[in-house]
Amino acid sequence: MTTVTDAPPPKAPAGEDAPARGPRKRGRLVPYWLLLPGILWLLVFFALPLVYQASTSVQTGSLEEGFKVTWHFATYWEALTDYWPQFLRSVLYAGAATVLCLLLGYPLAYLIAFRAGRWRNVILVLVIAPFFTSFLIRTLAWKTILADGGPVVDALNSLHVLDVTSWLGVTAGDRVLATPLAVICGLTYNFLPFMILPLYTSLERIDGRLHEAAGDLYAKPSTTFRKVTFPLSMPGVVSGTLLTFIPAAGDYVNADLLGSTDTRMVGNVIQTQFLRILDYPTAAALSFILMAAILFMVTFYIRKSGTEDLV
Amino acid sequence: MTSAQETGGDVRLTGISKTYGSFTAVHPLDLTVPQGSFFALLGASGCGKTTTLRMIAGLEEPSSGTVHLGDQDVTALPPYKRPVNTVFQSYALFPHLDIFENVAFGLRRRGIKSVKNQVGDMLDLVQLGEQARKKPHQLSGGQQQRVAVARALINHPKVLLLDEPLGALDLKLRRQMQLELKRIQTEVGITFVHVTHDQEEAMTMADTVAVMNGGRVEQLGAPADLYENPRTTFVANFLGTSNFIEAEIQAGAARSGDDLVLKAGDCKLTLPAARCGGPATTGGKVLVGVRPEKISLTHADDAGQIPEGRNRITGRIADSSFIGVSTQYVVHSPVCPSFEVYAQNVERDTRLVPGAEVVLHWNPAHTFGLDAAQSLLAGTTGSAGVEKVEEDASA
Repeated sequence: MTTVTDAPPPKAPAGEDAPARGPRKRGRLVPYWLLLPGILWLLVFFALPLVYQASTSVQTGSLEEGFKVTWHFATYWEALTDYWPQFLRSVLYAGAATVLCLLLGYPLAYLIAFRAGRWRNVILVLVIAPFFTSFLIRTLAWKTILADGGPVVDALNSLHVLDVTSWLGVTAGDRVLATPLAVICGLTYNFLPFMILPLYTSLERIDGRLHEAAGDLYAKPSTTFRKVTFPLSMPGVVSGTLLTFIPAAGDYVNADLLGSTDTRMVGNVIQTQFLRILDYPTAAALSFILMAAILFMVTFYIRKSGTEDLV
Repeated sequence: MTSAQETGGDVRLTGISKTYGSFTAVHPLDLTVPQGSFFALLGASGCGKTTTLRMIAGLEEPSSGTVHLGDQDVTALPPYKRPVNTVFQSYALFPHLDIFENVAFGLRRRGIKSVKNQVGDMLDLVQLGEQARKKPHQLSGGQQQRVAVARALINHPKVLLLDEPLGALDLKLRRQMQLELKRIQTEVGITFVHVTHDQEEAMTMADTVAVMNGGRVEQLGAPADLYENPRTTFVANFLGTSNFIEAEIQAGAARSGDDLVLKAGDCKLTLPAARCGGPATTGGKVLVGVRPEKISLTHADDAGQIPEGRNRITGRIADSSFIGVSTQYVVHSPVCPSFEVYAQNVERDTRLVPGAEVVLHWNPAHTFGLDAAQSLLAGTTGSAGVEKVEEDASA
């Protein structure tokens, strides 16, 4: 009996590594050739635009006379001093939208991963379904949803929710449209799937037996969530918040369609500089500052959340 | 060994069952595991042993019946309120916590603040003191297994449940861990309930073994008792190997101490009446069983030297395989097409080669009788019988 079940696994036939020696001679360049497509891709789609944008940001001139590289770094300083409120607003709105996305997305992702059973795929498709319609149309739809005197605003008003939000300074009077709240709502709605999907992926990977083990070791369900499920879903939380925060911070559509001149974000400024004022250097400088700021925050965030060895 | 002075750690299952839709994983079952004993639930996968274990742990809700730990009815308690800990099949160590925190998990959940010494002692017990700050994935399978044991044992549970804890280890390590677990059990004196499909593992470690098949306990007893006195063909085949001869009772026994005389083909066999599991009336059919290692093999030319009073059968060697300590023969006989005989390799008779005419003989005391109204082949595939039993279970 044991001779059958406990037989050692068959050994790999001897000399299996012999044929591997042949192609090794073909040269050390092979890895670089293999890397070439990737490097070219990076060059064309990432490095070149970046260099072009960098050179634009240090040019001076006008559209009529043409722009010349004059290493005018003062543009950066001027952009920062002129538009710091919009920068701050971008970070605050994107941050608020990210937190809302996390609060709304986590329960849903948890539900899909652990409780949905055979409905799992249906719900996942529903999460992605909005992408079948244009971003713009969906955001415009929110204009109708949040319209003055509409059912949503009426309901919020009669529930005195707007009193609270007004006190927080994100709405004004009894309207929602053209207030920071509307912009945050739009951002939250538009980027919610980008939060849910990574969260779902990392939750789904958690071995259900870990929940059982935690319960077996005297952890109440709430403690199990706090000590096991949530820490193990951190990779999803980190990638979800990044995928939400970064595009939200640079977004201009929501602020444009749902906000007012008082809710302009840095994305709107860049858009105006590029397309209406045609001040390319300032627009490029603003883009670079935004990029650097996000890079800095993201690095700090990943360090702080300590998920390097979990991802 | 299994005598319980106090019932503090007894596990009592009363009429416990589990059904999933129309499929019954565990039929109503009564089982008492005495305090301090090492109890094994043995069976192929799908036989309901793990479900039974999970019902004790509280991870599975029984469809009927109750679970008692000592005097406490824990049937309705969630797992985190039961004084029971489990060593999971895949260990289920928390990958985001280091070894120290994995072991300390249960203590911390119960609000114990100073865990350092306890965890240190426990890690020393399983010889992992050096690895305290490593993450589980940095350890080998055997080390992870020891962490899983330490993580459960540190809570001093009334009962430790082990769900195939050695399944993922290689043979050598498994043997070593079997002895290790047995040592720990003797040392801490906690009741162990061990689920396994490996009959050798169950017999090596456990004081009492319950053989399960198709959601029912086929037989329960000490390992030696199960091996020597199987009451069903499933147990006879699942624990080791058995040879069966269909026979008819010629003369019943007047008293229970007497022997039954049986006729199989033209052979006469005797069977102690006490070891007959079937109907012991004249003319009744029984399956006569005998273990391969109990049988002696003598060349037909020397048949005269066989002492009187032994059961004998004639046959021809069909096959022999040398496996070191013993030689395994397959013998064709009119009463049984393939009779297995294991002969120790002491003073080998060189005439015993395939084709040789032989006489098989054994002490009648080693014969056991089973009810003929059951499949000869139940449990034959032994520990490799996964598919078969699952088919049975789903049928």
